[in-house]
Amino acid sequence: MADKGEPAVTPESTDAAVSGVEIQLEGVTKRYPGSAEPAVNDVTMTIPAGQLVVLVGPSGCGKTTTMRMINRLIEPTSGRITIGGEDALELDDVRLRRKIGYAIQQAGLFPHFTVAQNIAVVPGLLGWNKKRIAERVDELMDLVGLDVAQFRDRYPRQLSGGQQQRVGVARALAADPPVLLMDEPFGAVDPITRGNLQDELLRLQADLGKTIVFVTHDFDEAVKLGDRIAVLGEASTIQQYDTPEAILANPANDMVAGFVGAGASLKQLTLLRVRDVDYPDLALTADAGESPSELRTRMARAGATYALLVDRRRRPQRWVHVRNLSSATSLANIGRSVGDTVSTQSTLQDALEAILAEGGRAVVTGTRGEYVGMIDIETVTGVLAQLREEHEAAGTDGAGDTGDGAGGRAAAGDGVGPAGGAGAAADPGAGAS
Amino acid sequence: MTLFDYVADRWDRLALQSWLHVSEVVQSTLLAAVIGVLIGVAVYRSPVGSAVATGLASTILTIPSFALLGLLIPVFGLGPTPAVVALVLYALLPITRNTIVGLAGVDPAVTDAAKGIGMGRFSVLTRVELRLAWPAILAGMRVATQMLMGIAVIAAYAKGPGLGGEVFSGLTRAGSANATNQALAGTLGVVILALLLEGVYFLIARFTVSRGIRG
Repeated sequence: MADKGEPAVTPESTDAAVSGVEIQLEGVTKRYPGSAEPAVNDVTMTIPAGQLVVLVGPSGCGKTTTMRMINRLIEPTSGRITIGGEDALELDDVRLRRKIGYAIQQAGLFPHFTVAQNIAVVPGLLGWNKKRIAERVDELMDLVGLDVAQFRDRYPRQLSGGQQQRVGVARALAADPPVLLMDEPFGAVDPITRGNLQDELLRLQADLGKTIVFVTHDFDEAVKLGDRIAVLGEASTIQQYDTPEAILANPANDMVAGFVGAGASLKQLTLLRVRDVDYPDLALTADAGESPSELRTRMARAGATYALLVDRRRRPQRWVHVRNLSSATSLANIGRSVGDTVSTQSTLQDALEAILAEGGRAVVTGTRGEYVGMIDIETVTGVLAQLREEHEAAGTDGAGDTGDGAGGRAAAGDGVGPAGGAGAAADPGAGAS
Repeated sequence: MTLFDYVADRWDRLALQSWLHVSEVVQSTLLAAVIGVLIGVAVYRSPVGSAVATGLASTILTIPSFALLGLLIPVFGLGPTPAVVALVLYALLPITRNTIVGLAGVDPAVTDAAKGIGMGRFSVLTRVELRLAWPAILAGMRVATQMLMGIAVIAAYAKGPGLGGEVFSGLTRAGSANATNQALAGTLGVVILALLLEGVYFLIARFTVSRGIRG
């Protein structure tokens, strides 16, 4: 059971190259003149290098203020902040900010600059030469999944909310800062785009290993993204600071439990990712250059009725039925477009959504959006069955699991620690779905 | 003599007066733009400062131009100086007000992002805020220019340069030969020049306002 629990308990970045640095807050306090209570009171926490730490809490709890003190958009009243061992309060604040990526809600793009100009701002401030900046811009646009030729010279208002947010992330990453601060960056986009952006952030983070401080009021988002979550209460006091699994399995107090909300066990399902399960490489792929007759022969040989058309970078484009091929002269414009796809970083919950939407199976894409396989409903039910078996095994271990969510959680918390707790609490969820 | 013959006959003189008229208005607008933008930048963060600046500029505008010129002549004497001072004062209101409105209208998220990624205070102002407020500032300058084209005519009362001289002299000589032609030529000249400047503003907007924020 510990083995199976492993991928869920230790998500990303363990094996990625860590380029981030550690951030330490020591007794950080912010008082505004004329108000009796401090906005942020005596926060001490360590944000480990290369981890994505989510600050989550109700509106007005001071989580954004806490984050903004790290790049000194707000000056702390007292306390110490070190970034990679350097005292942030000693440095020139403008220079400090150039070394810290910053992405905010609604992106805050400069509307009078093109996409490329927006991304180029920080490298420009750092005095890079034109050629290096241009190369970096192309690299970043590619990294966040924006086609360079298509989007380079567009203005922000010509982009969708999701695309703007991608540019915002690219701009924050432009000078390759070790630390990234993100203030509800996906708060203003629709839920579907939001899910995609979250997946891409995880994918990026798996490659880059930055230290990311991410502020949100959405606990589900925190669970999905965080290596660790700090649940904050009034005046930014830390209620619990632990892995998502540990917080879901064993909330430290009533405030955390209230914030986690109902269905904590179900939420744990969202901690399993597509790359943690075996998905088969079922689809027959073809690129648009292939002739329809060749493809038809290949499909006949493979016994396939559908083929997946991919572009030059193997990104899935369209489904072609064998019927479509008889009359077609080229593969360029036939078939129907691929709808929802699932990245290897997506949670099983998202995968399930996509599978249902796509009618039984969904395309799985890799780190650059390329086709890597298919996931279908059997794959997911297989995983669910497996979880249920583990649950039964855990039950016979005598963990006192009554099947009741709260009882299960309490027992796990008292007994075997976070790993065991995660497993035990996941089980009712698996049963319920 | 028809108006057409009159204009053809006095072309050199009218062209010179037109040139002086435009030059006076454009220079006054530019001067007012520099002052107005500086005032706007100084006060836009404070609601009280903004209200005071706008209020003062509005008060100036309520002073009749004849009266203002009359008040300025004892101080600056006759000639271009009192005319330019009056024109600059009148142009301040639209430019200052539009600068304040333009700067205050910049999305706070954008300035926050600018600061957050490491732009200094001056960069935020010059590369972001003023660039975004520019269409509003330019619109203020346009209104100011149109207004000054008319007021500059009155400024001829203080012996300022421009087509005002033609209008005034035409009106005072009413009844004598070519008096109407002279007044009309001056007035039509002002109208034509105003339209030409309007075209110039259109071109300036076209080339200086980023396509990302053009309306």
